[in-house]
Amino acid sequence: MQVSMTVNGVAQEADVDPRTLLVHFLREALDLTGTKIGCDTSQCGACTVHLNGKVLKSCTLLAVQADGCEVTTIEGLAEGGEHHPMQTAFWENHGLQCGYCTPGMIMASAAFVRDNPGASEAEIRHYLEGNICRCTGYHNIVKAVKQVADSAAGA
Amino acid sequence: MWPNTFDYARAGSVDEALALIGDEGKFLAGGHSLLPVMKLRLAAPEQLVDIGGIDSLRGISANGGLTIGATTTHAEIADSADVRAICSGLASACGQVGDQAVRNFGTIGGNIAHADPASDPPTVLVACGATINIQGAGGARSVGAEDFFVDLFETDLEDGELITSVSLPDCSDCQCAYVKFPHPASRYAIVGVAVCLKMDGGTCAQADVAVGGATVKAVKCGGAEAALAGSTLDDAAVGAAAEAVKADIADWLAGDIAYPESYRQQMAGVFLRRAIAAATTG
Amino acid sequence: MTTRIFGSGIKRREDPRLITGEARYTDDIKLPGVLHMAVVRSPYAHANIVGIDSSAAEAMEGVVAVFTGDDVDLAGIPTAWLIPDSDLKTPEHPALAKGKVRYVGDGVAIVLADDRYRAQDAADAVVVEYEELPAVIDPEEAAGEGAPLIHDDVEGNIAFRWVMGDRDASDAVFNSADVVVSERILQQRLLPTAMEPRSAMAQYNAATQELTLWCTSQNPHIHRFIISAVTGLNENKVRVIAPEVGGGFGSKIPCYPDEALVSWAAIKLGVPVKWTETRSENYLITIHGRDHVQHVEMAASNDGKLLGVRATVYAGMGGYLSTAAPGIPTILHGLLYVGPYTMDSVFCESIGVMTNGTPTDAYRGAGRPEATFLLERMVDNVARAIDMDPVELRRKNLIPAFEDGYEVATTLIYDSGDYPTAFEKALDMAGYSDFRQAQANALASGRYLGIGVTAYTEMCGLGPSQVAGAVGFQGGLWESATVRVTPTGKVQALIGASPHGQGSETTLAQIIAEELGFPVDDIEVVHGDTTETPMGWGTYGSRTTPVTGAALAHASRKLKDKARVLAAHLMEANVDDIEYADGSFSVRGSPDQAQSIQDVALMAHLAWNMPEGMDPGFEESQFYDPPNFVYPFGTHIAIVEVDAETGEVELQRYIAVDDCGPQINPEIVAGQIHGGVVQGAAQALCEGAIYSDDGQLLTGSMMDYCMPKADMFPNFELGETVTPSPHHPVGVKGVGETGTIASTPTVYNAVLDALAPLGVKQIDMPLTSAKVWGAIQAASANGGGN
Repeated sequence: MQVSMTVNGVAQEADVDPRTLLVHFLREALDLTGTKIGCDTSQCGACTVHLNGKVLKSCTLLAVQADGCEVTTIEGLAEGGEHHPMQTAFWENHGLQCGYCTPGMIMASAAFVRDNPGASEAEIRHYLEGNICRCTGYHNIVKAVKQVADSAAGA
Repeated sequence: MWPNTFDYARAGSVDEALALIGDEGKFLAGGHSLLPVMKLRLAAPEQLVDIGGIDSLRGISANGGLTIGATTTHAEIADSADVRAICSGLASACGQVGDQAVRNFGTIGGNIAHADPASDPPTVLVACGATINIQGAGGARSVGAEDFFVDLFETDLEDGELITSVSLPDCSDCQCAYVKFPHPASRYAIVGVAVCLKMDGGTCAQADVAVGGATVKAVKCGGAEAALAGSTLDDAAVGAAAEAVKADIADWLAGDIAYPESYRQQMAGVFLRRAIAAATTG
Repeated sequence: MTTRIFGSGIKRREDPRLITGEARYTDDIKLPGVLHMAVVRSPYAHANIVGIDSSAAEAMEGVVAVFTGDDVDLAGIPTAWLIPDSDLKTPEHPALAKGKVRYVGDGVAIVLADDRYRAQDAADAVVVEYEELPAVIDPEEAAGEGAPLIHDDVEGNIAFRWVMGDRDASDAVFNSADVVVSERILQQRLLPTAMEPRSAMAQYNAATQELTLWCTSQNPHIHRFIISAVTGLNENKVRVIAPEVGGGFGSKIPCYPDEALVSWAAIKLGVPVKWTETRSENYLITIHGRDHVQHVEMAASNDGKLLGVRATVYAGMGGYLSTAAPGIPTILHGLLYVGPYTMDSVFCESIGVMTNGTPTDAYRGAGRPEATFLLERMVDNVARAIDMDPVELRRKNLIPAFEDGYEVATTLIYDSGDYPTAFEKALDMAGYSDFRQAQANALASGRYLGIGVTAYTEMCGLGPSQVAGAVGFQGGLWESATVRVTPTGKVQALIGASPHGQGSETTLAQIIAEELGFPVDDIEVVHGDTTETPMGWGTYGSRTTPVTGAALAHASRKLKDKARVLAAHLMEANVDDIEYADGSFSVRGSPDQAQSIQDVALMAHLAWNMPEGMDPGFEESQFYDPPNFVYPFGTHIAIVEVDAETGEVELQRYIAVDDCGPQINPEIVAGQIHGGVVQGAAQALCEGAIYSDDGQLLTGSMMDYCMPKADMFPNFELGETVTPSPHHPVGVKGVGETGTIASTPTVYNAVLDALAPLGVKQIDMPLTSAKVWGAIQAASANGGGN
């Protein structure tokens, strides 16, 4: 089945088996392998992307459902060759170790702070319930997100 | 994991969706209830009819009560000023479904068609006396939420029928709350309690109570309601309701290996007290 | 240089590729014409295979081949830790089951297809007829009379029986002690859950007979020789590449059937073959951790002297013996029974038992968390029995500070330690004495606060190879490294270890920068490819910084020695007059005359003007075999509140004071502790694999297996003391596992402390709200607290 969408600003068109999950379409058809798969049950958030600006677990949507949509993946988050502030904050605050959850973590956090500038630490921790990290104990992830949230609020 | 093969079709209207759907077909809205079970190959429909693009199924209208289109997302409901004003318990419940990514794409219609007993919105729909509006090849019908949820993952929906919207009465003069004890792994409800209290001065004129999570379906709790109605919600009345609610759900208990039925039943009492406290302290 | 690079929490050199999604993990690598492998797995825990019909699967679109155990001519998957004097049995572990399956997930057949969806469709279409057999999961039950026999050649399901210490001497201590406390401790099965599932892709070149295997490995050189052994290919024809690897925690140490099967299929079919597990598959087939049933006793005097500890441990091995499995509940466990205390009597009998569960193996801490937990649990029990404050009891028994060697009853010689200082520091940070008052006040208003205090030391930086040999490890435990400087003065450091999230590319570069004065940004650490890197035994056991780091320090010092001689020659000075500072060699008394390390590197490459007898080039290698383990230590404290109405536990504060010697990168050290603490605390609070009686894994996904989440934890309060290891060139000790080792008993004891007034004395982990609530109800029915 024919599907077309804009991914990281580039129009893409492909013929897909309807059962193809969006995450597999991104990874296999478009070779955008920054988006990861860490569970089968929509829990871990490694596959988080933005669909029409909203966070989405791309393992829980068919590629055909994204027809006509705009998708942003971790590869498309930086603008003009500059890291997104959330990417910078993760780097500066040691918010990652093995890096596997990181693209999803950054995509989720970037959208959260955009929508919730000035979010508290408790709000950040609650929001991140949909993104699982096995390495960092979350401490430095929360610190990174808080830094961007504070900065977005002009604090 | 990933789904089995299926035929896929997009419907532009409710009529088209009803015409397209076959015997072994399922309607697909956000897919956030259906795709997870298809990925685990616990469900393998031969056909999906995508209703996500049907404009008439989406949106919230305040018309005394509320009418919420079936493909309205949890996030849209949680964030809606109308829903917060008219049925704050539903806004609260929808705001506690899954996580933000799930709420962004999961829909109210898909949620209730799936009828997961540990999901949040059905408990409020049952407590608040919502009506589920259904369209089939034979025409439209409406069924009360309490009758809609039949058993574990089982509803009153017939094959080929489509949920078009959910209607709620005006609860704006009630004190409503939905309080959830989330399962630490899945974040579904170990127990979720919805209360809707109509106060007359210091007296509770009417109480509506429903419990989910601890049960195979959202259960309306008449015993607890009776214990509260006519009381001033004093400790004795609330304590009696907390006892009564355990009896109300006794025939419908559900549990898992980590949080067995007996524990959930006891927690229903604890969380009923917390729900009343949340409703009355605003 | 104004700031020392050693000791600086610089940003990680790994991160730019990771935060942009540019890093390539195994499943991200594409090869044209690749076939996808799906494995038909047993739905039964224990069954005979009666027949396999793959005809329908073979006929499906895109399917190239289906193979069963009879088709696959691979040698068995070996066990590589053969504990001596333990009557060890090593039952055969075929890559695909032959005749019988022994756990849910055991591989029965493989399907090769042009697409992973189709491969799974076809795997589902393979019809296997089974004759189900009774199954057993609990290790103590499996070792008992009448348990189903899992391997014909493992009598009574007992794979080994390892004894440490003198039973009679232990009896004498326990028989004459004032106080003996005992507890049956369940170290529940844990699912390691590295966020990247395992993956393997193999490509075979028939002309050169070379196999390349990309796989999720913590130790590609070990994978190379095991793959060589099972396929029969010469080891120099096997190249194993561990590209970006997304966490391991021990679960990517073993060589599994899957890596062998993609290799075999790639050779057989002449096309590349890839397999990536799903999380559901991961939970069934990738090793589990822990799984001990322990019967533990501790002896003490009435005035609080700890006299001895002893335990009988039933350790579940699962359906087969995984790569390092026998070493975990034995060497890595019993040898830690003294912990940080002056305790003279230890005894352990550890019984490795085959069960119908998933094979177990090393999981973060590997044996040492299970030892530290039982020790700390029993110390709290002794404190309660003699009515002494648990902190005071620990204080009385801590080994005093020592700088160079302290032999304990387990025969280990701890390298260095100052346990009392770390202990008091943590208590100060926590405000221990104030807390006890706050706890009493809270109790008066019906709130249940608790505190847990753990003093620990552990053995890591595995380890001297002689010791490895003596305890049956089928390998060495040294590391090697090459520091290679290019003519333009840029550094490539090639290491045999294989980091996968630890930040070693940064930490190790900081060691080289410190030793040689190169800017850290000019240093690349190359790892993970057996063709590009020198031999090494891998990244596990908190050993990469201590062992590889030492190899790099020594190689760097060799280079510095060479540079000093060459610089002297170039400046026509006496070597003894050469001074070195911050990457520059100068002649004493003539500071204007100087040669930078980069100048020297260039001249060494050009070799136009070398001192007599000096070879050209600027590269040195070092094989480093550590003389001893390293023994980091510290004290962790948890403060919790229990909601007695629901049984919910809130972890309110967590204080960790750890001593891993000088910290090369404090931010990376902190990250290791944060992550380790959460992993260990989650064992106490929420994680646990649960099987049904017939061997079905009931916690088969993250819906049921509770992974720790951000909102379950506070920010951590970290402190440190610095006690260098006397035998390490830069004094460092490992820190990858300390958090996991210390935190489980810390959190557990805090919860039990909170519940003490209610009369609750023991709860099996994890401390879910349902279990805590149940324990409160049961205690209340028995008359409650005192």
